[in-house]
Amino acid sequence: MKRSFSSFMTRQDMVGFAILAVVIFVLLPISLDTFRLNLFGKYLTYAFVAIGLVLCWGAGGILSLGQGVFFGLGGYCMAMFLKLEASTPENTSIQSTPGIPDFMDWNQLTALPAWWEPFHSLAFALFAVVAVPVFFAFIIGVAMFRRRVGGVYFAIITQAFAAILTILIIGQQGYTGGVNGITDLRTLKGWDIRTDEAKEILYYVNGVMLFVVLFAAQFIRKSKLGRLLIAMRDQEDRVRFSGYDVAAFKIFVFCAGAAFAGIGGAMFTLQVGFMSPTLVGIVPSIEMVIFCAVGGRISILGAVYGALLVNWAKTTFSESFPELWLLGLGALFIAVVMVFPNGLAGVYSEHVAPRINRLFNKSAADMAGAKTPAE
Amino acid sequence: MFSDYSMGELGAIFAMQGFAGLILFSVFVLMALGLAIIFGQMGVINMAHGEFMILGAYVTYLTSNFFSAYIPALFGMYFFVAMALAFLASGALGLFVEWAMIRHLYKRPLDTLLATWGLSLILQQIYRSVFGAREVGVTIPDWMIGSLPVTDMIEVPINGIFVMVLAVGISMAVYYMMFRSVWGRQVRAINQNRVMAGAVGINTEWTDRLTFGIGCGVAGVAGSAFTMIGSTGPTAGQLYIVDTFLVVVFGGAASLLGTIASAFSISQAQSIMEFFLSGSMAKVLTLLTVVGILMLRPQGLFALKLRK
Repeated sequence: MKRSFSSFMTRQDMVGFAILAVVIFVLLPISLDTFRLNLFGKYLTYAFVAIGLVLCWGAGGILSLGQGVFFGLGGYCMAMFLKLEASTPENTSIQSTPGIPDFMDWNQLTALPAWWEPFHSLAFALFAVVAVPVFFAFIIGVAMFRRRVGGVYFAIITQAFAAILTILIIGQQGYTGGVNGITDLRTLKGWDIRTDEAKEILYYVNGVMLFVVLFAAQFIRKSKLGRLLIAMRDQEDRVRFSGYDVAAFKIFVFCAGAAFAGIGGAMFTLQVGFMSPTLVGIVPSIEMVIFCAVGGRISILGAVYGALLVNWAKTTFSESFPELWLLGLGALFIAVVMVFPNGLAGVYSEHVAPRINRLFNKSAADMAGAKTPAE
Repeated sequence: MFSDYSMGELGAIFAMQGFAGLILFSVFVLMALGLAIIFGQMGVINMAHGEFMILGAYVTYLTSNFFSAYIPALFGMYFFVAMALAFLASGALGLFVEWAMIRHLYKRPLDTLLATWGLSLILQQIYRSVFGAREVGVTIPDWMIGSLPVTDMIEVPINGIFVMVLAVGISMAVYYMMFRSVWGRQVRAINQNRVMAGAVGINTEWTDRLTFGIGCGVAGVAGSAFTMIGSTGPTAGQLYIVDTFLVVVFGGAASLLGTIASAFSISQAQSIMEFFLSGSMAKVLTLLTVVGILMLRPQGLFALKLRK
C-alpha cells in the first residue's frame, strides 16, 4: 500500500502540494481583504485550465488554443442555472413575459427555449458543467486524433472553434445574452452568492475543487497513462508501433483537460457572478496557454503559480499603467518561449532546488542510504 | 427563403453578393498569400501576420498624408508609392523579426506560435501609442471613387475593382517568384529536403530569412490595399488572423493554387449566405463547414503528394 502511494506522489511532490495548500488556504485569506481574495479566487479558476493544459500540452504535446471554449461552456452551464433561479416570475414581473431571463425578454422571446429547460435542476447543471465540455472535446478529439492531425493544425482548428463559439454566442443574443453574457446572478438554491461571507466560502470551495483536480492530474501523470503521454510527445510513432492506440490516449487527456476547464468555468461564474463571451474567444484562450507556459508547462503546481502570478501582474499593471500591460504581456510571451522554456518550474528545478538540496544535503544522503536496500 | 424574390431580383442579388464576395475574396487572397509563403513553405506559424498587414496600412496612411501636405499635384499616384513603401517597411520588419526571434525557434513550431502572438500584442500596443486607438482612414484618390453601372440593378464600386486587380496582380507576382525565380527554386528545394539543399550550396539560413521577409512584405502590400476599402485600427489585424489561417490550411498549406481556390469558396459562401441569414450566422456556418471538411480531410483541398 505504501509502495503504491509513493509511486503516486514522491516526498518532494507532497511538500509542493503542502506548500500550495498553505498558500491558498492560509496565506492568501489572512493577507487579503474579501475583494482581493475574490480576485485571487478568480485567478485560481484559470489555474484549472492551466492544469488541463499541462496534461495536454506539457505531457501530451497537444497544444489546444481553444481551452476557452471549454471554460466558457462550463461557465455558461452554471450561469444558465443561476440565471433561471434569479428569473422567478416575482423578480421579473416588470417584463412583458415574466419568468424568463431578462435578456430573452429584451430580444422579444416569449417562452423559454427547450434546451434551457433542464437547467432548472441543479443536479443537471452540475452534470452539464463537466459533461458538455467533455462531449465537445470528445467529438473534436475523435475527429482530429483518429486522422492523426496534431501539432500546429490542431492548434489552428481549436482556435477556429474558439472564434466560432464567440461569434455564435454574440450573434444569438436572445438565447445566450449576447456580448454582455449572462449577468445579474443572485442566488444558489436560495443562498445569496453576492455577500462577502458567500464569496469567502466560495473561495474555499474553489480551493478544495482545485486540489481535487490537482490530485486527479497527479494521478494521471504518475500512472502508466502519464508515462505513455510523455512517450507519445517525444516519439509518437514508436508508441504506435509498440501497439498502443495513440489516438485513444490523446482523446482521453484532451477530454480530461476539457473537464478541468469546465469546472474552472463554473467556479468562475459562481465567484465573479457573470459569464460572457469575452472569456471564450481567441484572446483569453491563448492567454490561458501563457499561464501554463509561465508555470512551466510540465509542472501542475507550476501552472497554478503561473496563473496566479500572470493574473496578479495583469491586475496590478493595468491598474497603474494600462498602456504598459500589453507590452509586458507580449514580452512575457516571447521571453517565456525564448529564455525560460520551462517557466517557473524550470527556474525552480535549476536554481532553487539545488540550493535547497545542498542545505539539506546531509539528511537527503541519509534518506537515500536508508532507501536503497529496501528497493 | 427564396420565394419572396422574383427571378430577376434573385439574379441581381446573387450578382451583387457575388461581387461583394469577390472583394472579400481579394482581401482573403492578399492576406493569405503572405501566410501561404511563410506557413506553407517554411512551416512557421506567424500569429503577427495581421500586424504586419496593419503596418502596411499605416504606412499607406502616412504616405497619403505626406502627399496631400507636400505634393498635392501627384496625389492621384500616391497609392503606388505607398504600396512599395509598405512592402519595404513590412519586409524589413520581417527580416529583423526572423533574425531576432524566428530563427531560434524553427524546431519548435508551437513555441513560434506563442512568441509571434507576443510580438503581435507588442505591435498592437505600439500602433495604439503612435497612431491612437481610433481607426484612421486614408483619402482615396478621385479616380477611385464612384461605381460602374453594369445593368440598371447592378453597380460595382471602382475601388473594389481596383483591389481585385491588385489581388490578381500580386498573386501572379508571387506565383512568378515561387516558380520561376532562383529564390523560389531554392525555397522549394529547402522545403523538400533542407539538408540536401544545403549540401548543394544553397544558403538555407539566408533563404529562410528572405522568405520570411518577402511573406511579411506581401502582407504589408495587402494592408496597403485594405485602406482602399476600409479604415485601419490597431487591432484590425487580429480580427482576420483566424480566417486567414483557415484559408491557408483549407487550401492545403503548401499549394498556392489551393490557397486561392479556398479563399474563393470561403468568401463566396460567406457573402452569399450573409444576404439570407444574419452576418454572424453566415460566418459561423462558413467556419463550421470549413472546420468540418478539414476534420474529414486534414491535408486540405490541394495536397502536394510528398514522400515524408
